[in-house]
Amino acid sequence: MQSKPIVLTILDIVSIIVLGVAAYLALVFAPTELVMGDVQRVFYFHVGTAWVGLLGFVLAAIAGIAYLVTKDMKWDRFEVAAVEVSTMFFFITIVLGSIWARPAWNTWWTWDPRLTTAAVTELIYIAYFMLRQGLEDPEKRARFGAVYTLLGGLSAPITFMVIRLFRTIHPVVIGNASAEAQGGFDMTADMRTAFFFALFAFTVVFIDLMWHRVRLGGLQEKVEQLKLNISM
Amino acid sequence: MEAIPDTSGYMVAGYVVAFATMGIYVLSVYLRNRNLQRDLETLKELDPEKISK
Repeated sequence: MQSKPIVLTILDIVSIIVLGVAAYLALVFAPTELVMGDVQRVFYFHVGTAWVGLLGFVLAAIAGIAYLVTKDMKWDRFEVAAVEVSTMFFFITIVLGSIWARPAWNTWWTWDPRLTTAAVTELIYIAYFMLRQGLEDPEKRARFGAVYTLLGGLSAPITFMVIRLFRTIHPVVIGNASAEAQGGFDMTADMRTAFFFALFAFTVVFIDLMWHRVRLGGLQEKVEQLKLNISM
Repeated sequence: MEAIPDTSGYMVAGYVVAFATMGIYVLSVYLRNRNLQRDLETLKELDPEKISK
């Protein structure tokens, strides 16, 4: 395997720093919300992880199209990396949302349109890995993955738009909330700083993890190929 | 004026979960990478001629 690029090492360091700064802004710099108290601070990481989670699912769908057009396995590696990293981030989104909901809505979970579509999205991508495992042939696996992520990718815009299209108790950060929304708040300037920095920080961390995961996929492919060569 | 509710326990739980999940994921990538590197070394020792690429 090629040695680790210096740019990736720099990106690792930058990721740790920006994540630390994002945590500082969320936990210390941003003012305490008067109605919900400190639990509102999970909002910064909740939205940050949701952003990169949904972004990765869309990127995986684009990589799926690229694979179907070119048949180049690098797009399959990219797709797997995007799904894996995004599934991890989206899991954090859902757990943070649930933790926030307990004091804000007086329940850990409710089958609200946003929560339901988010849970379905996460399950779609968990199933992606389970189904991929069942296919031995790399080309068949890649083709299946491409079609699956292309269809699964539709869940990302649906999850994003659902609170803008249906009656829901989930607050809307940008745009108009439904009349039933509970737990919404107006951001102060300092809150906006923490919010936008968290979006930036998670984008950097996402790129860093994606890069590592794509490299891991390349190494995995190389080892599998060598095993085949030796057994022949 | 109403007092701000103490919901700091939920906040701590949220950040612990977030950092723990990211930490476990980074660890899993590191371990998978290390295992593959070991596999690669073993394969090289088994048949260096076939691994000339």
